[in-house]
Amino acid sequence: MSVVITGAGMHPWGKWGRDFTEYGVHAARAALADAGIAWADVDLVVGGETVRNGYAGYVAGSTFAQALGWNGARIATSYAACATGAQAIDTARARILAGMSEVALVVGADTTPKGFLAPNAGERWNDPDWLRFRLLGMTNPAYFALYARRRMDLYGATSEDFAQVKVKNAKHGLANPYARFRKESTVAEVLASPVVCDPLHLLDICATSDGAAAVVLTSADYAKRHGIASPVTVAAVSTVTPTFPNTVIDMPLLATDSSAVTGVPERTFKEAIGQAAYEEAGIDPSEVDVAEVYDLSTALELDWIEDLQLCKRGEAEALLRAGDTTLGGRIPVNPSGGLACFGEAVPAQAIAQVCELTWQLQGRAEGRQVEGAKVGITANQGLFGHGSSVILSV
Amino acid sequence: MTPVIEGWFTTGAEPRLLASRCTRCSNVVFPPVSSAAGAAAFYCRNPACDGQEQDSVELSRRGRVWSYTDAQYQPPAPYQPAGDPFQPFALAAVELPEGLVVLGQVADGYGVSDLKVGTEVELVVETLNVDETGERTIYRWKPIAGQEASA
Ligand SMILES: [Zn+2]
Repeated sequence: MSVVITGAGMHPWGKWGRDFTEYGVHAARAALADAGIAWADVDLVVGGETVRNGYAGYVAGSTFAQALGWNGARIATSYAACATGAQAIDTARARILAGMSEVALVVGADTTPKGFLAPNAGERWNDPDWLRFRLLGMTNPAYFALYARRRMDLYGATSEDFAQVKVKNAKHGLANPYARFRKESTVAEVLASPVVCDPLHLLDICATSDGAAAVVLTSADYAKRHGIASPVTVAAVSTVTPTFPNTVIDMPLLATDSSAVTGVPERTFKEAIGQAAYEEAGIDPSEVDVAEVYDLSTALELDWIEDLQLCKRGEAEALLRAGDTTLGGRIPVNPSGGLACFGEAVPAQAIAQVCELTWQLQGRAEGRQVEGAKVGITANQGLFGHGSSVILSV
Repeated sequence: MTPVIEGWFTTGAEPRLLASRCTRCSNVVFPPVSSAAGAAAFYCRNPACDGQEQDSVELSRRGRVWSYTDAQYQPPAPYQPAGDPFQPFALAAVELPEGLVVLGQVADGYGVSDLKVGTEVELVVETLNVDETGERTIYRWKPIAGQEASA
C-alpha cells in the first residue's frame, strides 16, 4: 500500500498580520478543490502548530477543523519547529497506512512578527534559546553566517557565489503566484545590501512571512477508486532526530556534543536526514530531478545540496556556477523561488515545499516547470533536533 | 565584577570553561548541567550510557576556530548592549581538544579580519555589560598574538 497526494493548495505568502486561521482555511479549501474531494469526506485533520521562536503556540488541528465546520473528523497537531509540516504529513501518512484513515487533510499556517525573531519575555537561565541572546547576542543570522564563513574558508566560496543563489532563486520565483517577493535581483544589489552578520548581507537572509499550505493525502487505492487524476506518491517522509554525538553547532545551542568518547559519526545530522529518506524510498540521489531545500540563507542552500548528496562535499559552488541548479540545468534547486522569494512561515513551510514538488511532478508548475521531473526531494531542519525530508515520485 | 552566569567559567589570570563530566563514561558537556540554574537531573547524553552523576571539570584554555562571524546590528533583548551607541562585536565557534565546539564572543578589539578557520584562540574573561550590581563578566575567545591571521 502507498500513500498519495491528491491535492495541494496554498495561500499566497505576504505580510498582513491577520489571524493564521484565515490563511489556513484558504489553503485547505484550495487543496480540497484541487483533489476534488469534499470537506465532509475528510476523516483526519493534522495541523502544523504555530510557533513563536521555538515555542508551541496554538492548537492548530482543532482550530482548522472548527473553522472549516466540525465534521467529526479526528484531529492531530504537530510541532517540530521548521520541520512541523513534514511531521504533520508523517502523522497523516501513518494513519492512512494503518488503515485508520482514508482522507487526511494536512494544514500549516502562520502569521509572523516583524524584525529579528527574538525569544519570549522573561528570564530563563536554563534555556539555551534565551541564553544565546543574553550571554552572546547570538541571533539566527549569526548561526547561518558561521556555516557560510566555513564554506568560504574551506571550499573557496565567495560572497558573489552566495549572491548568485539569491539571483537564481529570485528568477525562479518570478512566475510563482504564491511567492511574496517576485522581483529579479542582481549580484551587485545583494552585495550592496548591508552586512548583517559577516559574510552575509541582508539580501542573503530570508524574511519572515505570513502564509499557508495544505495537502490532501489518501491511500493509492482510494485515489484509484475515486478516479482522481495524477496522484503523486509519497515515497518517503524522514523525520529523524540527531545521533550522538551531534558535532555541528546547531541553533540555538551554545556548544556541540563531544566526540571524544564515541568518535565522529559517519554522517552529520543534516546528512542523516536525507539519507534516511533515500533509504526509505529505495531511491538513489542520482535519480532526483528536482529539490526544494530550506534556504534560510543563500549559503545554506549550498550546504543542503551537499547534505542531500546531489554533489560531493565542497562542490556545490561549482554546481551553482555551471548553472546546474538553475531551471533547465541538471538538478534544479528551489524552482519555487525558495525562502528567498517566500520568507519563512514556519508551520507552513515544509508543506509548501511538498506542494511545489507535487505541482512539479504533475507538470503543472507554470513558468517554473522542471521538464520531465519524476522524483523530487525536500529538506529542512527545525530547532531542537527536528529533521525533515520528503521524497515524492510519479 | 560578577560573572553574568554562575558556574560556567573560572576567573583570574588563566580562566577556563567549566564542564560536566559523566562519572561513568567520561563524556563532557558544556554548558555545565547546573541544578542551581534550574536544570533537571544530569542525564548523560551518550545513548550507550545511563550515567546520572557528574563531576565538574575544567576545559582546555586553547582551541581552534571552527567558524566565526559578527553582529553588525544590536541583537534583541535579552541581549544587553555594553554601551550606547551599539558597538559591533565578533563571534567564534571554537573546537577544543575535548572534542566539542563552544560558541563565544570574540575579545574586545578583535574582529572577523583577525580570524580564519583554524586560528588558535584562548579563553579570556571580559565585561559583557554593566547593571545595578556592577560589571557582569563573560568568557570570550581571544586570538593568540603572533599568528598570521591571513595565513
Ligand atoms: Zn556517560
